[in-house]
Amino acid sequence: MGNKKKILDRLGIGRILTRISHEIVERNKGVEKVVLVGIRTGGMYLAQRLQKMIKDIEGTEIPLGVVDITLYRDDLSRKAVPRLRETTMPFSLDDKRVILVDDVFYTGRSTRAAMDALMDFGRPECIQLAVLVDRGHQELPIRPDYVGMNVSTSYQESVEVMLEEKGDEDQVVVI
Amino acid sequence: MIWQRKHILGMRDLEAEEINLILETAESFKEISTRTIKKVPTMRGKTVVNLFFEPSTRTRTSFEIAAKRLSADTINFTVSASSVSKGETLIDTARNIEAMNPDIIVTRHSAGGAPYLLSKYVNSSIINAGDGAHEHPSQALLDMLTVKEQKGKLKGLKLAIIGDISHSRVARSNIFGFTKMGVEVRVAGPATLIPVDIEKMGVGVFYRIEQAIEEADIIMMLRIQMERQKGQLFPTLREYSRFYSLDLKRLKLAKEDVTIMHPGPINRGIEISPEVADGPYSVILNQVTNGVAVRMALLYLLAGGGDLD
Repeated sequence: MGNKKKILDRLGIGRILTRISHEIVERNKGVEKVVLVGIRTGGMYLAQRLQKMIKDIEGTEIPLGVVDITLYRDDLSRKAVPRLRETTMPFSLDDKRVILVDDVFYTGRSTRAAMDALMDFGRPECIQLAVLVDRGHQELPIRPDYVGMNVSTSYQESVEVMLEEKGDEDQVVVI
Repeated sequence: MIWQRKHILGMRDLEAEEINLILETAESFKEISTRTIKKVPTMRGKTVVNLFFEPSTRTRTSFEIAAKRLSADTINFTVSASSVSKGETLIDTARNIEAMNPDIIVTRHSAGGAPYLLSKYVNSSIINAGDGAHEHPSQALLDMLTVKEQKGKLKGLKLAIIGDISHSRVARSNIFGFTKMGVEVRVAGPATLIPVDIEKMGVGVFYRIEQAIEEADIIMMLRIQMERQKGQLFPTLREYSRFYSLDLKRLKLAKEDVTIMHPGPINRGIEISPEVADGPYSVILNQVTNGVAVRMALLYLLAGGGDLD
């Protein structure tokens, strides 16, 4: 406790995102019907980066949405009220192949909330989950489809994804 | 900042920081009303009671839609159908409703201070939806959201509130709210409809509409509330209309990009001419749309947060 351990640096994050963007294109046999949806806030920035990388590979800019899961959380009356931010979904999700992007996969509860939110915007053909770090301790039957890095952590630790877009240097640390 | 407040009783006791949080939350809520499925599960299992001792259609409907879009259960309890007419006191009525365990009670009463009294006797959160000529905080907040949307800011703007200031809870809440956010507020109306000492609330007082709306960024027209007035406060409605109504000619005195607001219901041809009410500067219907978003924000903020850490 109290110690910071760097598990990924700028280059590492870059390589992972490059790999995941190729995997997305490969698994979906191209990007027709593929849309990216980032979970605020970390997932939103990662989704933006994936959008750029996929454009470099396929030459098409795939649609990007942002979802704020605050209103779908299951712990609202147990904590201080979280600050609500905007959800932006400028397209219908009907029959789309949705790549949901998050920075850290932990209990699976945020993913559950995000999926509930997505269902309010249409009926996607499928939803796939991409995460930068899978830290274990999943509590729901949900698994990511694209994993940047697996890390074993304890409940006391926290995994922080720091990104340039948030005003930090790109890195992932375990605290 | 972390939201700590349990009740929304008036603009007077809200801090500028809290007002900003409510407005920002409301801005995020606006998007939900534009979806095909206009509902989020946030308040599933919570109960909101609309306890109205005074007639109201738009405010009650607005609160009801707001609660429903957040998946709360809503019950409307109105005076005509209640036991108040059978002699029950306000506190007894509230305790009876409390016994059914609602989470939030939205209340309107003809007596100023009634929501405050309720908040002392019940455990639910209380939202004041208008008490006498005292306060109407959700209306002021939706007005502030509308202005913020139109002008991109609040600080430094000039707001003119015209009409029956004495009987208007909307005016009072707006004066508290807008002055807190750095808006210069002016009021104008016949001397009989302007409360004594209103300058102490930090507003400029005028008795001619022309002076008050000069260079104004926002003009808010109020309805003459015949139902609240006792005695003869001005000669005739026709005369009032001649001196205080907002028409196209007077409108020229204000800033070129002036925004016209009205809390409704409007009396066409009395305080506002139809050309102005339906004109390009009028945001009267945006106010109604924003009302739902602001009320969703209030319900959301009050419903969350069990133990604050």
